[in-house]
Amino acid sequence: MSLTPSTDRPGLIEARPVRHPGRWVAIAVIAVLTAMLANLIFTNGAFNWPFVFQAMVQSPVLHGLYIGTLLTTALSMIVGVSGGVLMAVMRLSPNPVLSGVAWTFTWFFRGIPRLVLLTTMGALGVLFKKGLDLGIPFDWKIMELLGMDGTLRFASLNANELFAGLFGAVLGLGLSEAAYMAEIARAGILSVDKGQAEAAQALGMNSGKTMLRIVLPQAMRVIVPPTGNEAIAMVKDTSLLIALPLIDELFFQLSSIGSRTYKVFPSFVAATIWYLLVTSVLMVGQFYLERHFGRGFGQKAPKNKRFARSAGMGGA
Amino acid sequence: MSAPTPDTNAGMPLVHAVNVMKAFDGNQVLKGIDLDVRKGQVICLLGPSGSGKTTFLRCINQLETIDGGRIWVDGDLMGYEDRGGTLHELNNRAIAAQRRDIGMVFQKFNLFPHKTALENIMEAPIQVKGENKAEARERALTLLDRVGLQDKPSAYPAQLSGGQQQRVAIARALAMQPKLMLFDEPTSALDPELVGEVLAVMRELANEGMTMIVVTHEMSFAREVADEVVFMDGGVVVEQGDPKSVINNPQHARTKSFLRRMQSEHHAVEHVPESLRDAVIAETHHLHDIPASNSDPDETE
Ligand SMILES: Nc1ncnc2c1ncn2[C@@H]1O[C@H](COP(=O)(O)OP(=O)(O)OP(=O)(O)O)[C@@H](O)[C@H]1O
Ligand SMILES: [Mg+2]
Repeated sequence: MSLTPSTDRPGLIEARPVRHPGRWVAIAVIAVLTAMLANLIFTNGAFNWPFVFQAMVQSPVLHGLYIGTLLTTALSMIVGVSGGVLMAVMRLSPNPVLSGVAWTFTWFFRGIPRLVLLTTMGALGVLFKKGLDLGIPFDWKIMELLGMDGTLRFASLNANELFAGLFGAVLGLGLSEAAYMAEIARAGILSVDKGQAEAAQALGMNSGKTMLRIVLPQAMRVIVPPTGNEAIAMVKDTSLLIALPLIDELFFQLSSIGSRTYKVFPSFVAATIWYLLVTSVLMVGQFYLERHFGRGFGQKAPKNKRFARSAGMGGA
Repeated sequence: MSAPTPDTNAGMPLVHAVNVMKAFDGNQVLKGIDLDVRKGQVICLLGPSGSGKTTFLRCINQLETIDGGRIWVDGDLMGYEDRGGTLHELNNRAIAAQRRDIGMVFQKFNLFPHKTALENIMEAPIQVKGENKAEARERALTLLDRVGLQDKPSAYPAQLSGGQQQRVAIARALAMQPKLMLFDEPTSALDPELVGEVLAVMRELANEGMTMIVVTHEMSFAREVADEVVFMDGGVVVEQGDPKSVINNPQHARTKSFLRRMQSEHHAVEHVPESLRDAVIAETHHLHDIPASNSDPDETE
């Protein structure tokens, strides 16, 4: 073996790369457009950047961000994902009652626009004018049958405050999300090879453990990417919460600052920047989740210590 | 001959299948299979594609329900409880309990891809038997050692060759300390050079006295390891008996033609034009000790 080029055998390749004149044209066009946009953003007084950054950190705005946007998104996604997985498992169950309930749930909550759902949710208090009591169902009837007076109730809640507050927000958005997540989770579960559940069952695992330990972790690989989209959509849909009305919410706070100060446009820009920041952080989180559930599937496997050691030992 | 003692576990074979019937929406796949497997016996199930071998194995550990007949494993009636002559279906928990003692090895391995080799083996002992983690780990490592994969505990299935995956799958089934092992064509998804390592593990298992029912197309394995060969076709048992006599000296026409076809498949006869096929098959019989006719004078085994 020798690296010196010999006359009769071809040596190292030193070729001229293919030219891409189209790329240079595209770069020029994009550069001009970017310059125009930058000029607009930095010189047009309507942007009022000092005001934008000031508005972004007003305490009602930050409070709205924490409660209405971040907390509501987190809680609604928890309700949505767990409810959705439950609905998917029920939907795939051989029990016709369970699968019927799951189908009806999805039909109902997927069919209602979120704005309409939240508005209606906020008005649900009208059903429970005397308050919402927690206790044994039909307690008055039971007590009557037992020949006794009184009720079997532990607590009474103000239904109006309940449904028009954070609870209503999480319930409305969470149930609506569960309807979408049910379909996503169902697709995920169906994507797992039937042999996996059979192998688990052949080992004597019951169907609950088979689902939780074998099927769902593999389904997550299919479930996580669209769930990331759903979470991002959820962040954006929290801007509908004023329909409840829940006022501890980012967009409502910024638009009311806008109308109070007559600086409407910069307030909207402030909201835009906040939403972009939050969704960017979510995208990073999604990357790590996808990597976690990609364990054991091709190159996507995380390079954790155990894995690295085995690769070393096996020489792979 | 001692008198048989019916209806007691002691007298019953480990697997006692009587008149097993199974149809898939009108298609009668099993038409009354009888099979007895005594403790420690190795049975090889042979038969053409679609004859119902897989279906029968799946019926034994209740991955399929049966329409007729009965299957007992170690004296337990599979899937039902006989209360004074009336059969009552078992609930899922009881069925899961019956499956614990029956290990199954699948053609496509079906390892859990999100778990390492070691985790695959530890899963059922911990989740099903409630063994503690350290104990399960200890035994899983011993099992990996036994199937020759002591250096691969933390490899994911995707990082293992087919033969290695199948050996992990065997270890996974053994971790439940089953009384019976079912193998459904454990080597037919493997590259030819990987078949030997899996058969070697199975051979060792047979030597250690494990009761096994093996669906296979590996004639040499059947001949050397099986205590009995069962030939199925069209949902019935056509012929069964000592492996050497069934394989070398089949009595039924269907067995003969199947064995002849098996032999020629080894030489990829399906890719040979129809007109040449008989010539190739004839050639094959000179190369191998499987006769086309009933007896072969060269046979000295
Ligand atoms: N789940 C099912 N639904 C409908 N038909 C089925 C099902 N499983 C098996 N069958 C049919 O039952 C018959 C027997 O299948 P089986 O898989 O038991 O054959 P086999 O002997 O294992 O064949 P092979 O050697 O190809 O594995 C086939 O005709 C098949 O189409
Ligand atoms: Mg089969």
